[in-house]
Amino acid sequence: MATVLVNGKEVEIGASERLNCIQAAAKVGVEIPAYCWHPELSVVASCRMCLVEVGDKKPDGTVAMQPKLVPGCQTPAKDGTVIISDSQKVKDARKATLEYLLLNHPLDCPTCDQAGECYLQDYSFNYGRGYSRLNEPKNIKPDKTYIGDQITLFTDRCIMCTRCVRFTREISGSAELQVVSRGSHEEIDIFPGYPVNNPLAGNVVDLCPVGALCSKDFLYQQRVWWLKSASSVCPGCSTGCSITVDQNEERIYRLHPRPNEKAQGHFMCDAGRFGWKYTHSDQRLVSPETRTNGHVTSTDFDTVLNSARAALTKAAQGGKGKVAAVLSPWMTVEEAYLLSSFLKRIAADVTLAIGPVRIEGQDEHFPKDIKGNIVGPVKFTIRAEKCPNRAGVEAVLSHFADEVMPFEELLRLSSASQFRAVYLVGGDPEGWMTEIHAEAFSKVETVIVQDILPSPVLKHATHVLPSGTFVEREGVFVNHKGLAQLIHRSVRGPDGTRPDGRLLWDLAERQGLIQTEALRKEIAILIPALAAIASPELKGQGVLLNEAVPVTV
Amino acid sequence: MPETKTKPKKTVTWVEEPEMGFWESTFVPAIMKGLKTTLKHVTDRKTVTQQYPEVKPDLPLHYRGVHRLNRDEKDRVKCVACMMCATACPANCISIEAQAAPPDWPDRDKFPKSFVLDELRCIYCGMCEEACPVDAIELTHIYDLTGETRESLMYDREKLLGVYDQTKDNPRDPVRTKRGILGPAAEFSSLPTLGPATVVPDSDRSAKNATAGVIHSSQESRS
Repeated sequence: MATVLVNGKEVEIGASERLNCIQAAAKVGVEIPAYCWHPELSVVASCRMCLVEVGDKKPDGTVAMQPKLVPGCQTPAKDGTVIISDSQKVKDARKATLEYLLLNHPLDCPTCDQAGECYLQDYSFNYGRGYSRLNEPKNIKPDKTYIGDQITLFTDRCIMCTRCVRFTREISGSAELQVVSRGSHEEIDIFPGYPVNNPLAGNVVDLCPVGALCSKDFLYQQRVWWLKSASSVCPGCSTGCSITVDQNEERIYRLHPRPNEKAQGHFMCDAGRFGWKYTHSDQRLVSPETRTNGHVTSTDFDTVLNSARAALTKAAQGGKGKVAAVLSPWMTVEEAYLLSSFLKRIAADVTLAIGPVRIEGQDEHFPKDIKGNIVGPVKFTIRAEKCPNRAGVEAVLSHFADEVMPFEELLRLSSASQFRAVYLVGGDPEGWMTEIHAEAFSKVETVIVQDILPSPVLKHATHVLPSGTFVEREGVFVNHKGLAQLIHRSVRGPDGTRPDGRLLWDLAERQGLIQTEALRKEIAILIPALAAIASPELKGQGVLLNEAVPVTV
Repeated sequence: MPETKTKPKKTVTWVEEPEMGFWESTFVPAIMKGLKTTLKHVTDRKTVTQQYPEVKPDLPLHYRGVHRLNRDEKDRVKCVACMMCATACPANCISIEAQAAPPDWPDRDKFPKSFVLDELRCIYCGMCEEACPVDAIELTHIYDLTGETRESLMYDREKLLGVYDQTKDNPRDPVRTKRGILGPAAEFSSLPTLGPATVVPDSDRSAKNATAGVIHSSQESRS
């Protein structure tokens, strides 16, 4: 156990922890400002913002301070290290550093997209001088509008922290970005003909502490102080990156990664980052329908739900094994539980299958150089399994059925006219049902389709239930290694849709409004494999299912 | 409810009427005083009624009426779509959509693709004018605003520029400053010198500079 003194406060550092002065100070809530340092990147100590006074406490109690200020990011916090970050010397150093950084930085905060979440603004306000002594013209470099398909560079705003350069070298491995020229002519640039188009490129925008690297997708769309955030999980692949969803007036504007050591670390891939566009697609199903012989007979949600329930009950009473359901790996654990428990209640011999799990290529590991070779230890993985919750839905299904039936098996049974009623849950924006798949349901009497976008099976549907995307729902996703994380609703779906949870809650004729938290407690008691989801730890970084915790109700 | 033993507080003070003197009790001085006021009004020929709408009122210079969007020297819209006005607006009546500026506009990054101001929702507080970093939005002396529909009073960019064209030569609505370029805070030097925003120690020589807190525009300071 090591003890570090930060501004006179004692910090205990665990034996296995390897912290620098910034991290040690953060443990007692002391902020040491820094631009170039990032926990996932190598240390360069080039911005000089984290300069602090550091000393050593000798066993006899005397303290020997180093005569010069040292960068906090580069100085390990050992037993007896004394860190002083609030002395006049440190404050003056910060002022001087900021003055240098602002020498060539334009004062275009009103038109800069980073304003409001800019480290240069925040640190200037907290630690800066407040006025400028510069009497010389500013060195304004031309903007580079094409750094990558999604990225634009406002060269004059750059403060040369080189976080982006280190990211492309160390995390994505593709090394497109570099510093060219020297001194005040320094610029971030790409090799001609090699733009930053790697699958992790969007992260350099988040890493940029100022407004130099901007996302073309979000550029000039919103001022950041208007955005309201909700924490969620990216549904793009089974890595299940923790994310933050930013919305304003019921429109999503961007997703960005939420640091989570248990899930993916600090980053996310571009496929997930820009993969929310279907939420606002004009193709969305927005009208609940009951169809009889191809004619729409009702578009009222309650009537459609009642009719669907009646049709399922009728089919269940019509003989053994006549009801089947396909549960999508895009459902949350709560939704999967609501649907399976409801179907189990009305037809004890219901056939439950998991929907098609889309696999695209192979898992992609990073850092990866431009030839595709993995260089160094793996720091990020984009998984081939393109759905967020296969593990969670399978856990629910294996509680209700002896084995999880694959989708193909259910298609075969359905083609053989085994079923009279089928409940199909979609949710995959890339399309989960082909014409051939849909044909298997052409002879089924009742086909209930709960989906977000049109699919070939709609033409055989007798009941259509428009549902919600991941930003409109609430619940738990379980990722590839069994980490259960919460997703939160950030926007209301378009008129005529209902989030899946509410829809299934009403279908199951439960009382009142859906309470996912109460539902999670219910699931945790019933299904031992999912006992962990009732734990309070779920609200933070999530909880691993195999770290089973006893449930208390 | 239990009966309270404490006495109720004395809240009323009784004041005796003052005694009237001899003249006062005849009421003659009071009548004379009243008649004097009446006679003053009978003989006064000065008019106070304003003959609105034939004669328009003389409004104070700081009157806040309909907004205008100023044009720059090249007749482009001066606004840089920073949305500070929309942020400052307490009535939430401004909605702006920004767009990247065309490449032949090197002085700015973006401009308003659409700028809609709901004149009915506006409370004419002038906060947008205060917030604008380039003095693009200003309030004019136009107050007689009428429209047949609510939509007709949703002023868009062209309509607001039209208000500028209509009012720019009116001496009552001068274009207040010539500020209009973002960037190195170029024309701050034409404004009076501002003091430093933070406390400056005496040892800091820069604070004694005649133009402390001022960043000079690129060329002027050198010449």
